[in-house]
Amino acid sequence: MHLYNLTLQPPTATTQAIVGNFSGAKQQEIIVSHGTRLELLRPDVHTGKVATIIATDVFGSIRSLAAFRLTGGTKDYAIVGSDSGRIIILDYDPKTSSFVKLHQETYGKSGARRIVPGQFLATDPKGRSVMISAMEKAKLVYILNRDAAANLTISSPLEAHKNAAIIHHIVGLDVGFDNPMYAALEVDYTESDQDPTGEAFNNAEKMLTYYELDLGLNHVVRKWSEPTDPRANLLVQVPGGQLASSDRFDGPSGVLVCCEDHIIYRHMDAPQHRVPIPRRKHPLEDPDRGLIIVAAVMHKMKGAFFFLLQSEDGDLYKVNIEHDEEEVKSLKIKYFDTIPVASSLCILKSGFLFAASEFGNHYLYQFQKLGDDDNEPEFSSTSYPAFGMSDPTVPLPHAYFRPRGLDNLALADELESLDPVIDAKVMNILPNSDTPQIFTACGRGARSTFRMLRHGLEVEESVSSDLPGIPNAVWTTKRREDDEFDSYIILSFVNGTLVLSIGETIEEVQDTGFLSSAPTLAVQQIGADALLQVHPQGIRHVLADRRVNEWKVPQGKAIVSATTNKRQVVVALSSAELVYFELDLDGQLNEYQDRKAMGSTVLALSVGEVPEGRQRTPYLAVGCEDQTVRIISLDPESTLETISLQALTAPPSSICIADMLDASINKTHPTMFVNIGLQNGVLLRTVLDPVNGQLTDTRTRFLGTRPIRLVRVQIQRNPAILALSSRSWVNYTHQNLMHFTPLIFENFDYAWSFSAELSPEGLIGIAGSTLRIFQIPKLGTKLKQDAIPLSYTPRKFISHPTNPYLYLIEGDHRVMGEAAAATKLDDLRNAGHRIDEEVVNLAPEIFGRPKAPAGTWASGIRIIDPVEAKTLATISLDNNEAAFSLAIVSFAARGGELHLVVGTAADTFLSPRSCKSGYLRTYKFTDNGAGLEFMHKTETDDVPLAVMGFQGRLVVGVGKSLRIYDIGKKKLLRKVENKTFASAIVTLNTQGSRIIVGDMQESLSFAVYKAPENRLLVFADDTQPRWITASTMIDYTTVAGGDRFGNIFVNRLDTKVSEQIDDDPTGAGILHEKGILMGAPHKTKMICHFHIGDLVTSINKISLVAGGREVLLYTGLHGTIGILVPFVSKEDVDFISTLEQHMRTEQGSLVGRDHLSWRGYYTPVKAVVDGDLCETFARLPGTKQTAIAGELDRSVGEVLKKLEQLRVTASGF
Amino acid sequence: MSSELRYTANTQLEHLHARYTGTGHADLTKYDWLTHQHRDTLASIVGHPTLTSYLAIADGESIGRVKFEMTERMLQPCGPPPRKDED
Repeated sequence: MHLYNLTLQPPTATTQAIVGNFSGAKQQEIIVSHGTRLELLRPDVHTGKVATIIATDVFGSIRSLAAFRLTGGTKDYAIVGSDSGRIIILDYDPKTSSFVKLHQETYGKSGARRIVPGQFLATDPKGRSVMISAMEKAKLVYILNRDAAANLTISSPLEAHKNAAIIHHIVGLDVGFDNPMYAALEVDYTESDQDPTGEAFNNAEKMLTYYELDLGLNHVVRKWSEPTDPRANLLVQVPGGQLASSDRFDGPSGVLVCCEDHIIYRHMDAPQHRVPIPRRKHPLEDPDRGLIIVAAVMHKMKGAFFFLLQSEDGDLYKVNIEHDEEEVKSLKIKYFDTIPVASSLCILKSGFLFAASEFGNHYLYQFQKLGDDDNEPEFSSTSYPAFGMSDPTVPLPHAYFRPRGLDNLALADELESLDPVIDAKVMNILPNSDTPQIFTACGRGARSTFRMLRHGLEVEESVSSDLPGIPNAVWTTKRREDDEFDSYIILSFVNGTLVLSIGETIEEVQDTGFLSSAPTLAVQQIGADALLQVHPQGIRHVLADRRVNEWKVPQGKAIVSATTNKRQVVVALSSAELVYFELDLDGQLNEYQDRKAMGSTVLALSVGEVPEGRQRTPYLAVGCEDQTVRIISLDPESTLETISLQALTAPPSSICIADMLDASINKTHPTMFVNIGLQNGVLLRTVLDPVNGQLTDTRTRFLGTRPIRLVRVQIQRNPAILALSSRSWVNYTHQNLMHFTPLIFENFDYAWSFSAELSPEGLIGIAGSTLRIFQIPKLGTKLKQDAIPLSYTPRKFISHPTNPYLYLIEGDHRVMGEAAAATKLDDLRNAGHRIDEEVVNLAPEIFGRPKAPAGTWASGIRIIDPVEAKTLATISLDNNEAAFSLAIVSFAARGGELHLVVGTAADTFLSPRSCKSGYLRTYKFTDNGAGLEFMHKTETDDVPLAVMGFQGRLVVGVGKSLRIYDIGKKKLLRKVENKTFASAIVTLNTQGSRIIVGDMQESLSFAVYKAPENRLLVFADDTQPRWITASTMIDYTTVAGGDRFGNIFVNRLDTKVSEQIDDDPTGAGILHEKGILMGAPHKTKMICHFHIGDLVTSINKISLVAGGREVLLYTGLHGTIGILVPFVSKEDVDFISTLEQHMRTEQGSLVGRDHLSWRGYYTPVKAVVDGDLCETFARLPGTKQTAIAGELDRSVGEVLKKLEQLRVTASGF
Repeated sequence: MSSELRYTANTQLEHLHARYTGTGHADLTKYDWLTHQHRDTLASIVGHPTLTSYLAIADGESIGRVKFEMTERMLQPCGPPPRKDED
């Protein structure tokens, strides 16, 4: 088996975000790291919307990001620390809209290792140097400068290593133009490693160490090192240094040391200031639990600065430092607002805050005020003795605040993110849908959602109104060439035409010069200020002064088809003749002296737009009933001569010529595409060679069951094509590449562009007798998401075999269940404590729930109706029980009646895994599946992490043992057990009497149940230890699995062994066979292996297109959705693998990671081709494309066509 | 590194151990080996974003907290060292 890996949706989790002027223009941009992907975002200052400029796969793991700017420069660069053992400096080139690798300096081995730098980055605020650090010991400093030609230069590294030091964080100090300094939080383990009494460990000090880069000596020295709070975790830069123009200090310099419960201001030879981190006064809050800062940002304004720090609960604090020159007077902290916990915060100069959430959607907020004059209590270091440092070992008294809704911030935009995807299933549940939907259980805690993903673009409807009849076409038109917006909507009915004028309201108008007594075939704003209407009996040319020039069709004939642009009109008559008109320089429409006889009825016509600065477009495409499309010249030299001809498989229904940019064909100029829609619903897209008029590079696509109608429209000021069949599709250019995506909306009969003041970028469509005006807001997305909120982190869900409902289990660790919380509150009330009801009732999806000690759980079972997108019922579990697994089982002992079995455990601890008791809860379905009736629960000795129906009984993985249960009156009855598993059973799959067992650490084993002897035997396992997270059976002998480290693999059992096992009726043979390598007697063979770089959470075997091949669809924790497509022929394998090899050499990783070693992170890649890498072929420069295609003995077009075909036939995306 | 070891024998060995923290040698105790293994694992978890997310979700903590606690644990992941016998 050979597989082709394609990412349908790249990861959306943001691990870090940095802000800077990366394009060198006035506007600030944000670079976000999605772990294996870099994305450049540009927030629009006026609309407050965030747009993606570019996104690139880096084929490596990004661990740290930093922005820096050379002294006196106007452009920021990005420094990337990754697992490649190299430091990378990236420049964003706005011209080509791509990241350019400026420097790549190797310093160590690849991989995220303990002593290889890459984990932390700190830059000098003046852009003179950068420090890159490992988790332990290694720190390297690079000097950055510019050469005579003003190019960025990087020095060789200077070492600032400290042996046996664990590094918590590093930051660049702001020292103005003195020698650059870095601060590091370090702990030395030498002594605690030697001291058996444990005293040295208890006394281990966390040191705040300053490293100074002496620019004169080109050397790094340890300048200063002092112990600080042992629970410090984060450093934040404090502004300092003098301005060049005045001798005023920007700030006191130094660092904020964020510790558990405290913030300390610290600088060399200066008094310390300490303030407590204010906490929420929640009655259920554990007062002994420490609070740490997880994200911080410093913002400098003219002559002032402040800090925003975010705690692990999501509360933002504003920290101010009052200073007199270099002397700090006080450190002040106050509550600011509460937003979801962020992995990075970025403040933009334009007054926005970008919060890259650690889980779930990301947000852009606008600052309303800076919290300066409100009533929030402020805590200052001056109110404590010795600025809070009288005894640094004793914590300061707790400070409290009351959380409230957003006050200083206002939400401006939200970026959808699936992260984390915890479980997913692909099913076709929606009625009238021919493609399956992806259901994902996403999110964490109270912000969790259940999302339904559909392939297609989201549509935003702004107007919908009913019409008196059923029109068959709609147009909009401006009155003059230089009008900004459209003035008229023209609707054509079977026996007439209706003209509506667009103003404050939309109303019918009569005096436009349009003929209203006949249907319309085409409408065009022509010349500078004239309008044109084509109707079956003639052409009306309405001049600006309402005079009408009419061209009448010869007696006995009629116009059947017409096409127009700003200067040209072509009509086809019922006598199969073409008549050509062109506008002359006086604005007169002139008929060409000859008519062209086509010999076959014309079904469709199209001319392109007039190219800028030209008189005419030289080509006309004509589709005839004899199943041909002819390209006809409109050039004055050879007017109406046939240039080329293409045969079709069915009569054409519509043709559309459009000039669109597609960087895979031509990087700079639009390509002229001829789109041909056939009556059988197939769309052909061919490229029209502008020199000789030949049609080349034909690609086909099935759009739907109705004859296709094609319309040229404008989307975001770029030409696009709407293709209307039984589904509506849009073909548009996004980030210089062509996309073809269905619209998730009602089917349209006809559509056109629509531009008015209220909706400048809209579209107008007719569906039956309804007129709709709509926009496509999220160009570039391929999946539309519909979400249902959940209460807790989803764990697993399952579909019912007969009804459309889904059953989902959710649960959160360290959260008190609702019933338990209510009891505790009542106890507190009864004990006479005053309970702040407002704080207790804060919305958990914004503020989270109070943290409870480890071993506390809140959990429940939820029934979801995915069609209506709503929750039907929830059952919450009490007694600190949490659900971990579920299955729908038809028990043979109950006549095949379906039951829901949920594996739960009470008082569960995660590390080491233990519980008071596990349970198997059995429920009956009531109300046709809309409800559940509790039957009984069965105790187990460990957590049941996997349950599954098996031959009319239940098979359960309880900790290390695999058991089969049957149903009884009062509980489930254990029938057989196998206890040979190593750590814990996490996945189960079955076919026949075979069970595939996934062990948490020891990969997948094949087990068989021999009914005659009631034996459950393991007969084959894997040779590698794998930490299984997901698995699915591909066939009876083949299984695909995913592990915790981002690998996906396929294992196969020898068919001979498989048959031998099946032929053994009692299993005695297996029982007495000798095990190999302390495991089962047989081993499976790994046949495919690939590292996707995201933790695999589910694998589904499914066909994504109607009648298409089955593929493996996987989801990753960080939001990745990808597919593995089996190749059908050996030629394809050879071709694509050779292409991949060439791409590896041509397209180096942006972080300098070797592609082959990245995809073979833990085990070498086997029999999988990286489609994501192959698809970057489209972005290569033309010369390289030609060279690679030449090596492959193909043309560039053929390579691109093959890549597109692989994607489209497998996924439809 | 192996060629370095082969030709320069023991004279350089100490230097190499100092340079590559975590490298084993013939006299390594079980405790040292285990401590190195744990530190390597903890550093690797902090260095892989998906693993920190995974642990954070399982444990109900924030990613920042998970990273912090993992780094803290690197100081002494396997408890204090065993007492050395006098002889």
